Amino acid sequence: MTQGRTDGFVVFDRVQKSYDGETLVVKDLNLSMPKGEFLTMLGPSGSGKTTCLMMLAGFETATHGEILLDGRPINNIPPHKRGIGMVFQNYALFPHMTIAENLAFPLEVRGLGKSEREGKIRRALEMVQMGAFATRRPSQLSGGQQQRVALARALVFEPELVLMDEPLGALDKQLREHMQFEIKHLHDSLGITVVYVTHDQGEALTMSDRVAVFNDGRIQQLARPEDLYERPDNSFVAQFIGENNKLDGVVETIEGQRCTVRLDDGTLIDAQPVNVTRPGERTRVSIRPERVESNPDRLAADSHLIDAEVLEFIYMGDTFRVRLRVAGHEDFVMKYRNAQDQRRVAAGDRIRIGWRPEDCRALDA
Amino acid sequence: MTSTDADSLILRGGEPLKRSLARALFRQKMRALLLIAPLLAFIVLGFLLPIGTMLFRSVENAVVEETLPLTVAALADWDIDSTELPPESTYRALVADLQVAIENRSALTLARRMNFETAGFTTMLRRAQRELPSWNLDTDGPFRDRMIDQHRDWGAVETWRALKAYSGSLTTGYYLAAMDYTMVSGHVAPMPDNQSLHQMLFWRTAWMSGVICALALLLGYPIAYLLANVRERNANLLMILVLLPFWTSLLVRTSSWKVLLQDQGVINQLLVWAGVIADDNRLAMVNNKFGVILAMTHILLPFMILPLYSVMKTIPPTYVRAAKSLGANDWTAFWRVYFPQTVPGIGAGAILVFIMAVGYYITPELVGGPSGMFISNRIAHQWYVSGNWGLVGALGTILLLAVLVLYWVYDKVVGIDNVKLG
Repeated sequence: MTQGRTDGFVVFDRVQKSYDGETLVVKDLNLSMPKGEFLTMLGPSGSGKTTCLMMLAGFETATHGEILLDGRPINNIPPHKRGIGMVFQNYALFPHMTIAENLAFPLEVRGLGKSEREGKIRRALEMVQMGAFATRRPSQLSGGQQQRVALARALVFEPELVLMDEPLGALDKQLREHMQFEIKHLHDSLGITVVYVTHDQGEALTMSDRVAVFNDGRIQQLARPEDLYERPDNSFVAQFIGENNKLDGVVETIEGQRCTVRLDDGTLIDAQPVNVTRPGERTRVSIRPERVESNPDRLAADSHLIDAEVLEFIYMGDTFRVRLRVAGHEDFVMKYRNAQDQRRVAAGDRIRIGWRPEDCRALDA
Repeated sequence: MTSTDADSLILRGGEPLKRSLARALFRQKMRALLLIAPLLAFIVLGFLLPIGTMLFRSVENAVVEETLPLTVAALADWDIDSTELPPESTYRALVADLQVAIENRSALTLARRMNFETAGFTTMLRRAQRELPSWNLDTDGPFRDRMIDQHRDWGAVETWRALKAYSGSLTTGYYLAAMDYTMVSGHVAPMPDNQSLHQMLFWRTAWMSGVICALALLLGYPIAYLLANVRERNANLLMILVLLPFWTSLLVRTSSWKVLLQDQGVINQLLVWAGVIADDNRLAMVNNKFGVILAMTHILLPFMILPLYSVMKTIPPTYVRAAKSLGANDWTAFWRVYFPQTVPGIGAGAILVFIMAVGYYITPELVGGPSGMFISNRIAHQWYVSGNWGLVGALGTILLLAVLVLYWVYDKVVGIDNVKLG
């Protein structure tokens, strides 16, 4: 994204946040998102993603820097005047009100008339297939139903921006996957802008237009899901997103988009230079398990092949998962499809593996 | 499995499942009962029995019938509305009864009982005690004139009406007295104004307890909120500050209020010294209602704060955040979302403080003076000054009933299930 710093719908401009005056929870955050985007903030707990969301919602103030919404600085606007819808992790449905009253709340405080309110509430509830539950109390609903109502409540006053703070965290796996689809569907059909916070990478990859990976108070990478997975910028992102093999070594040669890396045990491998610029630099290379190739015929003739010993073979139905000893590491994983032409290996087998240079990224050490 | 299946289920040993289950449950119940047996015994002996005794004493009236059995029998034919004195035979029965009573030393017990209803009975019986033992029942008659000679009230119809009215073994007399009524000539009538005190005291106890309750809520709510929402370390410190007075003796706290508030007390001295009030115009802050309300609000405050705190502690801050994100300003978020969720705590605190205040004794006694007196002080007075245990029982029972009615109304309005004490 090459947009200027201030021309997005939501903009974080050099934002910093500190709670205790000693350490920064958010360090120099810059982010710009266009209208209608579904952006996910992904990161381990304590990485600053929730703090960012809270600053955007207005429940925390930025220590430094500016947050803009539709071109307007909102640092000094109280939360209730920002007009941002929000879905909380524990739903936060008001327990003393019925579902309809919960949905009426944002409309009442905006001074809408009764008939107008009722129409909007009915439409919002039908949108999440909860039309029949208007008179129930939140405690009478299941977790998934409560989450739908919370969604409807955040959308009923038609905000342009909706924030979601790990909204599916309390649901079981099956329901979570179903709700992911529904939220995505709502986003597409309503054209709203969504900022979604989660620590579940699967959720981030399947739902988002773009994902911002947070760690240590910074955005490590902001990219489309496939870029994030296939072209991680640094070893944190490579490790955090999906399964990943890492090998440490020193850059030996660099030629354009190809380089060779001498691993610590002396093995030479092919890689693509990402965060390395000259020979002699230490690097950590990252290879996805499914990109490891055990059939040399499929690789270029001048590829470097390395020896591996099969430690474990796991049958997973549609795929096989093989744990190998490679260059002294015992946690090197190779995955391949269960297809007719694939040979099966067994523990103790010695094989030769390799990969295409573009699948093996030489990142920061 | 349906219930008919269960009915016919037979275990391998040949025993029906239901019976075997009942036996297992019975054993379980007995063990549980055994565990609570000491407490149960304590409650029965230390709580239920005294209350039962109190209830009984408030209606018990055996003394007249026991001391004057012949007289009570003779009065059976006498009409209580009659303006004529009972016949000679009744007087003879009275003399016979009194002779026995004097012998048994039970005459003065009777005198004390009748004195609660008609003043002067003690004098009448003291005189009788001096002379009656020497009278011969067979030869010294007629007794009507001799008795009237002895004390002219024996010739008054009212005396006999009182005797007849209180001759039953049960009486409503104490309850009438507790509600400022009396039995005049066998008919219920309001007590003269200079003697009626109880109704006024009941009302005063109620409204002052209400004021104390409201003040405690007003002062306690923000503190409880603070307690539930500041950081752990500060909350602990604050909690200790709330509980510190709680751990101090009630007597000490009440006395220190007296020290603070009295005419020559700390506050008055300070104000005089600062020139805010004149030396001869010191504020009367103690021995009146003001002192009682102030001291009791302070003393009962923790009972409001603790239930409120325990409820507020369970309300996550996300509710208020959600309300704000939905467009509510601070006040609306508080009033529409936070406050309704604290109602169970308010209910618990209010009912606790009110019920405790209604029965409070020490504080009104020490800082109340005559105008700040509660019904409990009157009960205590009746108990160890007048020794009128029947009236004490009646007043106590009325107080108990009032609290139970309140509890019931509260249950209907708020719902006891909604009350959370911790």
